[in-house]
Amino acid sequence: MSYSLKKFLRNRLALFGMVMILLFSIAAIFAPFIAPHPPNKQFFEGLSIEGAPLPPNTKFWLGTDLLGRSLFSRLLFGARTSLLIGIAANGAAVLIGAFLGIIAGYVKGFLGTAIMRFTDLMMAFPALLLAIALAAIFNPSLWIVALVIALVNWVQIARVIYSQTVTLVEQEYIEAIRSIGASWPRILFVHVVPHLWPTLLVWGTLGIATTVLLEATLSFLGVGVRPPTPSWGGIIYESQSYFLDAPWLVFFPGAAIMLLSLSFNLVGDALRDVLDPTQRGRD
Amino acid sequence: MKKALLFAVVLCLAVSLGALTPVEAQKIKQGGTMVVTYKDDISTLDPAIGYDWQNWSMIKSLFNGLMDYKAGTYKLEPDLAESFTISPDGKIYTFKIRKDVKFHNGRKLTAEDIKYSIDRAVNPKTQSPGQGFFGSIKGFDDMVAGKTTELSGMTVVDPYTLRIELSRPDATFLHVMAINFAFAVPKEEVEKWGADFGKHPVGTGAFKMQEWKLGQRVVYVRNHDYYKPGLPRLDKIIFEVGVEPTVALLRLQRGQVDILGDGIPPARFLQVKNDPKNADLIIEGGQLHTGYVSMNVRMKPFDNVKVRQAVNMAINKKRICKIINNRAIPANQPLPPAMPGYDKNYKGYPYNPQKAKALLAEAGYANGFTTELYANNTDPNPRIAQAIQQDLAGIGIKANLKTLAQSAVITAGGEPDQAPMIWSGGMAWIADFPDPSNFYGPILGCGGAVKGGWNWSWYCNKDLEAKATKADAMSDPAKASQRTELWRSIFIDIMKDAPWAPIFNEQRFTMRALRLGGPDAIFVDPVHIPVNYEYVYAKDAQ
Amino acid sequence: MLTFLAKRLGQSILILFGVTLITFCLSFLMPADPVRMIAGRSATQATVESIRKQLGLDQPLPVQYVKYLGRLVQGDLGRSYKQKTQVRELIMSRLPATLLLMVGTIFFELLIGLPAGIYAATKRGSPTDTWIMALSFAGVSIPQFVLGLLLLYVFANMIPIFPLGGYGSLKHLVLPALTLGISGGGWYSRMIRSSMVDVLRQDFIRTARAKGLTERAVVLVHALRNAILPVVAMVGLDIGIFMAGAVVVESVYGWPGIGQLAWQAIQMVDIPIIMGVTLVAAIGIVLGNLLADLIMPFVDPRVYLR
Repeated sequence: MSYSLKKFLRNRLALFGMVMILLFSIAAIFAPFIAPHPPNKQFFEGLSIEGAPLPPNTKFWLGTDLLGRSLFSRLLFGARTSLLIGIAANGAAVLIGAFLGIIAGYVKGFLGTAIMRFTDLMMAFPALLLAIALAAIFNPSLWIVALVIALVNWVQIARVIYSQTVTLVEQEYIEAIRSIGASWPRILFVHVVPHLWPTLLVWGTLGIATTVLLEATLSFLGVGVRPPTPSWGGIIYESQSYFLDAPWLVFFPGAAIMLLSLSFNLVGDALRDVLDPTQRGRD
Repeated sequence: MKKALLFAVVLCLAVSLGALTPVEAQKIKQGGTMVVTYKDDISTLDPAIGYDWQNWSMIKSLFNGLMDYKAGTYKLEPDLAESFTISPDGKIYTFKIRKDVKFHNGRKLTAEDIKYSIDRAVNPKTQSPGQGFFGSIKGFDDMVAGKTTELSGMTVVDPYTLRIELSRPDATFLHVMAINFAFAVPKEEVEKWGADFGKHPVGTGAFKMQEWKLGQRVVYVRNHDYYKPGLPRLDKIIFEVGVEPTVALLRLQRGQVDILGDGIPPARFLQVKNDPKNADLIIEGGQLHTGYVSMNVRMKPFDNVKVRQAVNMAINKKRICKIINNRAIPANQPLPPAMPGYDKNYKGYPYNPQKAKALLAEAGYANGFTTELYANNTDPNPRIAQAIQQDLAGIGIKANLKTLAQSAVITAGGEPDQAPMIWSGGMAWIADFPDPSNFYGPILGCGGAVKGGWNWSWYCNKDLEAKATKADAMSDPAKASQRTELWRSIFIDIMKDAPWAPIFNEQRFTMRALRLGGPDAIFVDPVHIPVNYEYVYAKDAQ
Repeated sequence: MLTFLAKRLGQSILILFGVTLITFCLSFLMPADPVRMIAGRSATQATVESIRKQLGLDQPLPVQYVKYLGRLVQGDLGRSYKQKTQVRELIMSRLPATLLLMVGTIFFELLIGLPAGIYAATKRGSPTDTWIMALSFAGVSIPQFVLGLLLLYVFANMIPIFPLGGYGSLKHLVLPALTLGISGGGWYSRMIRSSMVDVLRQDFIRTARAKGLTERAVVLVHALRNAILPVVAMVGLDIGIFMAGAVVVESVYGWPGIGQLAWQAIQMVDIPIIMGVTLVAAIGIVLGNLLADLIMPFVDPRVYLR
């Protein structure tokens, strides 16, 4: 492990990602103390006389949005939304995916086949449309958005975990353990699950990157977290038609989304190199 | 507040002045082409079905009804009808029909066609969203119930005379005869195309449809057999769809587009308006629109009139107008300023959070309460809803926002106990015809306060309902001003109960290329929304 | 091979059947009544019920579903509630734009991803490699709508070389395709790099080098030929994914593709369109997967067609 740790720390991209994630987390946790203004307060002086948003200035460091709110404060609180949903939704997706994948891989038979056919079915759905439809049905709050994303994202994880479980279970020593009468929970939790940890850890990190993007996309389409809760994608949604005149309203939150997603991607990829060198590339 | 009122009055004057300018038909040469852009696809050109921003005026250029409005005004005049008479009891209308009208397929129009077209709009099989407008024609209920396939009140006396009998006097009936849903369609073409008639429209109108590329463009060409001399002025109109308003504006500035169908994009409004180059290109007009917050009077705590009044006083309407770059003027009553019956002396509820708080306390909500505000999820409505939310928070009302697709908000509003408050923007009420009754029946009257209805405040005042019925029965043109007066009092009485908090009346800003001519009024035509295509002419064809 | 195809085809039909079933259920879970959207604001209760009956929406859901399937097997996707147009016709009218954007996107994905990935593989471990990989990750991490707006701002507003969105000429295609191509290119470059790295280690490459071939020839001819197959498989998957249209990019650029159609239909609860688009998209994905699976055995001989 210490070798792996060293290898991980040598990866400068991953270090960069770690530092960024740390910074974003600090911003999210301490947002109420850092933010110069309340995130939802619509300042009368935050708009020009004609109602145009203000560019960055000394009072509002990153300018104001179309309602005269401080963009900087909204970005800080938006980090909470992104991180909370990123971690919760991806956690739930990994949990669902792992659970179904392990069951399918271990039980096989009818149940296993049924589960895997169902994942095939889910794979055939256009993911974004599915998320939009689910969001339209559930009338999104923060946790609902997380749930919707989890319901869309668990499928790939289930497939990966399934194939690993199948490989593990087929190994001779499991056969041997089974023949000496070990109970199935024992086999699963002592001999199968521990081998899956690296994959779960990698997915638990990489998945956050896609989740952050999906949350931003849903908010951008107007079906994400409900206003006035600050959300980076939501800020862009509200301001996109003004982007020629007020580009700061698109590019600051856009940069935040990209950096956060990038950081999780870099860390996740480095983890994969360290923990699981056979798995590279897209999947 | 005073300033805004003054503005409204001036605007009102401007609109009526524009309306008085006669549209000269003689000296203008025909010819030329124009390009109009829209963002959203054109769903259908079937007059019985089309009910969108884009197709409303497009359909008016392809079809005609018995009645129409003088271009650029709210003044009714006969169109396919040559003349008409009304019986003394106001229940029988007899229309003499023009003999010189031909459909685009060459066949002559007769009274039979008009009867067929109105029957078709009422027939449940057509699924027309305008069916309800014909409710006063005798035999309507039987036909809706599927018992008959023809309205018993309509009789073809001879090929050029149509007699329509009403079950009750209806002062708005001539307006109904001018609405798109009553336009004449040829039976043989409707039967030939079936449900696809909307994609292959054949009418009597100034233009014929030449080409329709789904999702891209529709091309109109001049109807050479049109019965109005000198009209239309243009040879060709190209409607391009799927064009973002921002893109359309840029293309207009480059001379590739002549009219912005969706108006000036809100986001570019200030820039465009403040550029002196554009002064001659922008035309401002009123429209029969009111944006409001409805409060469900059947749900606690909005069953208390003091709470509703408090909400009226809590919202800073001027700030909301500023948020949308002053493209609207603050409203204090349901009717918009351009509508007959608007009371310009009415002061409404002033913006006064202190008083609002006091009212809440009187109602027993000194510490406020928590509720929900529904709104459409398209810009700028979530923003406006957030501004309202902050104002409400100022007097202790915590309103959680529910921003949903239009269809979901409308469905929620149609349930008696689901949506306590709705911001109407994006589904807002633009009048179908310039008569105050149109702002009452479905959205404030008892008839709309049913499951699936559009009276989202569920307000139903029996006294006012009786008055409204009385007003609608006053179909004698001599009593018109008396009737308007009655409507005026009805809407002011409604404001005493405050089922709505009226927020603003949206203004229309159209932009046209310099090469197009025609009176300003037709570019912001109050009926041919957004533009009266028939009267536009090309300066380069002169 | 034939049995494989038959089996996969059977599975695919089952999957498509499941997709229609789930979409159908989801459509009816939406908290909005399509009939009220058709009937308009002046409709009476009787009208609403009459329309409901005509559309068959008054029947129990299972009956409605079976009837839908019955029409579907005859190739009838139904008519849009709002536009009354054949759903098939609506989809066909959007398909050219969707296919064009797909081709453009894949072009840019390869144009960006291949050279970057190959170059990074040959310089494995160098700072250039690190930078290319970092940029690839950045491409993957930037939301499509941010990149889209950014490109619009720079290349259509500041330096007006491309139109501000819309559809019509090849010029209109560049920015939307580039937007999707940059994020897709990130995946491609990482994939081609790792498969190149594997190939470059193998014996036949050493042989080729020993024969005295130039490094350029070794990489571009011998190695690439072997490393490119996973890319081909991925193009297959991409074809499937883009059949659903690109909701976000289409909305940023006003591109009249299938995604916009679907998005508007969901807003209006126009169920026949929702069903039709999902089905077409699912067919695309299933065929794309099949294509990828057919190619895989050539990539890796250890994979058999089962």
